[in-house]
Amino acid sequence: MSYIPGQPVTAVVQRIEIQKIRDGDNLILGFSIGGGIDQDPSQNPFSEDKTDKGIYVTRVSEGGPAEVAGLRIGDKIMQVNGWDMTMVTHDQARKRLTKKNEDVVRLLVTRKSLEEAVRNSMMQPR
Amino acid sequence: MDTESTHSGYSYYSSRSRGSHRHGERNRDRHKSRSKDSSRSEKSVTINAPPAEPLLGDQSIRGDETQDDNWGETTTAVTGTSEHSLSQEDIVRISKDLDESVGLDCRRYLGTALSVILGLLVFLTPLAFLILPHVLWPDRLKSCGTACEGLFISVAFKLLILLLAVWALFFRPARAGLPRVFVFRALLAVLVLLFVLSYWLFYGVRILDSQDEDYQGIVQYAVSLVDALLFIHYLAIVLLELRQLQPFFSVCVMRSTDGETRHYNLGQLSIQRAALIIIENYYKDFPVHNPALLTASKSRAAKHLAGLKVYNVDGPGNNAATGLAQSQSRAMIAAAARRRDASHNELYYEEAEHERRVRKRKARLVVAVEEAFTHIRRMQEEEQKKSPGDVMDPREAAQAIFPSMARALQKYLRTTRQQHCHSMERIQQHLAFCITNNMTPKAFLESYLTPGPTLQYSRDHWLAKQWTLISEASVTSGLKDGAVFLLKCIDFSLVVTTKAIPFIKLSEEFIDPKSHKFVLRLQSETSV
Repeated sequence: MSYIPGQPVTAVVQRIEIQKIRDGDNLILGFSIGGGIDQDPSQNPFSEDKTDKGIYVTRVSEGGPAEVAGLRIGDKIMQVNGWDMTMVTHDQARKRLTKKNEDVVRLLVTRKSLEEAVRNSMMQPR
Repeated sequence: MDTESTHSGYSYYSSRSRGSHRHGERNRDRHKSRSKDSSRSEKSVTINAPPAEPLLGDQSIRGDETQDDNWGETTTAVTGTSEHSLSQEDIVRISKDLDESVGLDCRRYLGTALSVILGLLVFLTPLAFLILPHVLWPDRLKSCGTACEGLFISVAFKLLILLLAVWALFFRPARAGLPRVFVFRALLAVLVLLFVLSYWLFYGVRILDSQDEDYQGIVQYAVSLVDALLFIHYLAIVLLELRQLQPFFSVCVMRSTDGETRHYNLGQLSIQRAALIIIENYYKDFPVHNPALLTASKSRAAKHLAGLKVYNVDGPGNNAATGLAQSQSRAMIAAAARRRDASHNELYYEEAEHERRVRKRKARLVVAVEEAFTHIRRMQEEEQKKSPGDVMDPREAAQAIFPSMARALQKYLRTTRQQHCHSMERIQQHLAFCITNNMTPKAFLESYLTPGPTLQYSRDHWLAKQWTLISEASVTSGLKDGAVFLLKCIDFSLVVTTKAIPFIKLSEEFIDPKSHKFVLRLQSETSV
C-alpha cells in the first residue's frame, strides 16, 4: 500500500462479496472497522504507514459472513459498493456498510500479502 | 615510671581549663599521632599511657605561663615512639604563630598609617588652595563676589560628601590579613597621590609664583579638584566593590580529608580575595572537620601495608636507589593483588553493625530527652504571683533536667565520635537556650544528631584557624579558567578548582495565547 503524495493511490485489491444476515432487527456483516480521517492514525496496529487514515478491519467474528467471504483481519477497505473508503470519516464508513436496504456489500480490500503475491507471480519465469 | 607519668598526666588536665572536653583532647592528640606515621601505625596502636602524649608535646614546647603551672612536675621521661612527631609539629606551629603575628601587625599598621596620611593630604589640599592666597598676598587679592561665595558652599558640601564616602568605603574594620598587597587599592592610592601632586605643582607654579589676583579663578580651581576627587572615589567603588559582583567563575571547593564539596559563584577577583571569600563561606557551609571519623580508613590502609615486608636478597649495593624503590613497590602491589583480601567483607559488616548501634543509641537518646523535657514547664504569670517558691531561671532549669539525659547523650556522642566537639558546659548552655526559647526536644537534639557547620562549635574545636594559600600562579593575579590552588590548614586542606561560567546565549520565542488548541485522540472501533 504505497502512497506517493500527489499521485493517485494504487493498490492491488481483492473483491469480496459479503451477504448480510439478519440478526433480530439488524443486518450484520460480522466484522469491526477502525480508522477514518477524524481518527488518530498512529494508533492503528495494522497499517504500514502510520499516517494512513483509511478504514481497516480490526476484528472478524468467527463463522460470520465476513470470514466466510474471505475478509481477513488487518485488511484495508478501499471501496464499498462503489463508494470510496479511503477518505471518509469513521461514521460515514459505518453508514455506508450498514445501509438497511442493501443485502449484499461488495468490498474492494487490499492487504500486503496481495502485493507480494502479484510480485512473485510476475517475477516467475514464464 | 608509669605511676609518675600518670600522676602528672592528671594534674596536667586539672590545670588546663580551656573548656575542651577531657576525653576529646585525648582522642584528638592520639589521632594526630596516628596520622603522622602510617607506616609505624602498629606501634602507635600499642602505645602505652595515652596521657603521656600531650605531656611532652605541649608542655615542654609552650612557654606560655598561663597554661601549665605544674611544668616542673611533668618533665618525666616518657617511653613511647610517637611523641617526636607530635612535638615536632608543635614546634612548627608555635614558631609559625610567632612569626606571623609580628609580621602581620607591622604591615597592617603601616598600611593604615599610609592611608591616613594620604587621606589627610587629600582633604586638606582644597582648603589650603583657598586659604593660602589670603595668607600670602591678602592686599592684592580681588574681593570675592557673590558667585565666588556660592562656590564656597559647594566646596564645603562636596568635601563633606567626600569625607562620608571615604569613611563608608575605606574605614571599615579589616576582615582579614591577606598575604600580598591589595593591588587595586595600591593603584588607587598611587593615582590619588599623583593627581594631588600634579594639582599642587600647577598651583605652585602658576598661582603661588605669579601671585594671581583672580580669587574666583582660584576658588573654581579648588572646586574642580574636589569634583575630580569625587570622581576618583566613584572609580574606587567600581573597581573595589562593583566589578566582582557579576558572577564569572564557578569554583569547586573540596576538602581533602573527607571529600566534602561545595560550589560557589565568584566574580573577577584576584586569587587572594577569592580565597578570602571561600574561607568565609567555609565556616558556614562545611560540616566541622572531625578527625575521629577518618581513622577507620587509615587503619585499613595500615593493615594493607603491614602484612607485607619486602626483603632485598641481592645485597645492598647492587641496585640504584630509585630502581630499588620501584622494584620494591611493584613487588608489593603484585603481592597485594594476589592476596585474597577479605577486608571488604569486614568493612561491610562493620558498617552495618555501626549503623545499628547508632540507631539504637539515637532511639534511647530521643526518648530520654523527650522525657526530660516533660519535667519542666514554663510558669504562667498568675502562678508567679501566687507561689514564688522553687522557681528556677533557665540555667538552673537546664541543670536540673540535664542529668537524666546526660548519659544517653554521652553514649550517643561517643558512638558517632563527636564527643570531643561538645563540652558539658556548652551542652548545658544550649539546653538553657532551648528552654528559654520554647524549643521542642527535637529542636534541642538537632545540633547533636548531625554535624553542623564549623561556626556552630566553640573556637577551640574548629581545627581550622590558620590558613595558608598555596598557588602556582601569583596570588594577586586574577582567577582564570582551570586555575587550581590550595588553602592549607594544619589538619586538612581545601582544594579549589575554577571553571568559567559559559557564555549563555538566550533566544526568545513568542507563543500566541490563542494558539493553545487541543483535539481529542480518537480510536473508535465499530462493529458492522
